[in-house]
Amino acid sequence: MEYFDFLQLVAKILLVVGVCLGVVPVMVWFERRGAAWMQGRVGPNRVGPFGLLQPLADVVKFIMKEDFTPKNANKFYYYLAPLMALIAPLCALSVIPFGSKAIVNGQEIVLQIAQMDSGVIFILAFAGLEVYPIILAGWASKNKYSVLGALRGSSQIVSYEISMGLALLSMLIVYGSFNPHDMVSWQASNYWGAFVNPFGALVFLISIFAETNRLPFDLPEGESEIVAGYHLEYGAMKFALFFMAEYIAMIMASALISTLFFGGYSLLPGMSQLISMISSHFGFGEVGTTNVTAVFQFVSLCSKVGFFMFLFVWIRWTLPRFRFDQLMDLGWKILFPLSLINLVVVTLMVYFLNK
Amino acid sequence: MGTINVSKKYTAKEKAYLPAILIGMKITMKRFIEGFLFRKHNTILYPEKKRDYSDRFRGAHFISVDANKTENCTACFLCETVCPAECIHIVADEREDEQNVYGVKKEKKPASFDIDLLRCCFCGFCEEACPKDAIKLSTNYEMSTYSRDEAIVDLDQLKRPMNGRHEKKDK
Repeated sequence: MEYFDFLQLVAKILLVVGVCLGVVPVMVWFERRGAAWMQGRVGPNRVGPFGLLQPLADVVKFIMKEDFTPKNANKFYYYLAPLMALIAPLCALSVIPFGSKAIVNGQEIVLQIAQMDSGVIFILAFAGLEVYPIILAGWASKNKYSVLGALRGSSQIVSYEISMGLALLSMLIVYGSFNPHDMVSWQASNYWGAFVNPFGALVFLISIFAETNRLPFDLPEGESEIVAGYHLEYGAMKFALFFMAEYIAMIMASALISTLFFGGYSLLPGMSQLISMISSHFGFGEVGTTNVTAVFQFVSLCSKVGFFMFLFVWIRWTLPRFRFDQLMDLGWKILFPLSLINLVVVTLMVYFLNK
Repeated sequence: MGTINVSKKYTAKEKAYLPAILIGMKITMKRFIEGFLFRKHNTILYPEKKRDYSDRFRGAHFISVDANKTENCTACFLCETVCPAECIHIVADEREDEQNVYGVKKEKKPASFDIDLLRCCFCGFCEEACPKDAIKLSTNYEMSTYSRDEAIVDLDQLKRPMNGRHEKKDK
């Protein structure tokens, strides 16, 4: 019994971490190739078919490069920062459910690594942790540009975390639960959160762009002004870790917004008919149907996450970067009041509709 | 004189940002589909495909040779004199009689003819000054080298038959 529990936990962790790390090179390739297509260029197409092995060549380059540490850097925090950048979003992913349940060997497996009732709070805690690698990296590498990048990054993330939290809070009031499973089942039986609370979804979407330091909010690393920002003094694999962390944070943010506002793993329209067709065709019993449903739920979540990953790239090559005062204006003067009003409206609606 | 305020008032639609963002996203999506599905791009795959330049393009130099593979240059020093960048260095010598099997007797020949491509400004004055149509500028623009020494080309590298200005390797 305990042996089985351990095994299924390891299998789930391997699945989530494997999918995340496997998606990163594809995203790196897609970011460059997609950018090229949007700009009327060809893009990297030399290494492997369609240039798909380009990330592999990049990794070889990163490994071969000199592993440089600045002389005056604070060694401990300097090495801690890229690790933290990678670990924080990976930890946050552990509460994202990627399916309702699967049945293996007569035992039920909940398709979520860490089953806790306060799942959303856990995600918020680890999403909030994302500010630390930026501060640590900027401060520990003892470089003025890095410090400037870190200051920008931390103020940006802290500002947008408020509107993100308020948008999340409005959804918590709608769902009446902290548990991601409950949220998904609420959305499966009613409507997607984005239709119930469109302003909340919009504020949340804008906030996750700022949280993950993606364009149009990539001020922490604004190349034209502060060279590379907080990861200026990082080279070789340490830089690669920051690079990967950015993509994993994107995956985490996409999974979070899919779960909260776009139905999470709940089946896309047409999928339930497909499942019943498959199970009747192969003559699956209850167990087989549950497992096939779990697969389709995973596909559903993956396609939603994939759409948001595409949106990240799409937005990146569409919008120019905000100026810092514009960024703060948007965060404090527009998104913060908007999310606050939205919270009040949603609360009143829920109160009067449930009465 | 007061200051003139040139900033315009934004309409509510412009202030909302989102309509403009959606328009921008529509444009990039169009470009993405064009690039992804229809392989439409405005750049060329450079080393395999090359841009056509005008016949008057001034690229790398060459020294034309006659049917006997003898260079037309008579080491008159006109090009070296006119060169504003002082990149041409000629050492003159007397030409042996057996090299003059055709027509006009050329008494002088360049013992060495070096052009420093790093100094050259590709103005084409040498080509205009040359009375024998010996030094010409081709349309070849690929002159990169691994070291500075390689950028100084000598007579053997410069000599080639004249087939117009385009580089034709096989002739």
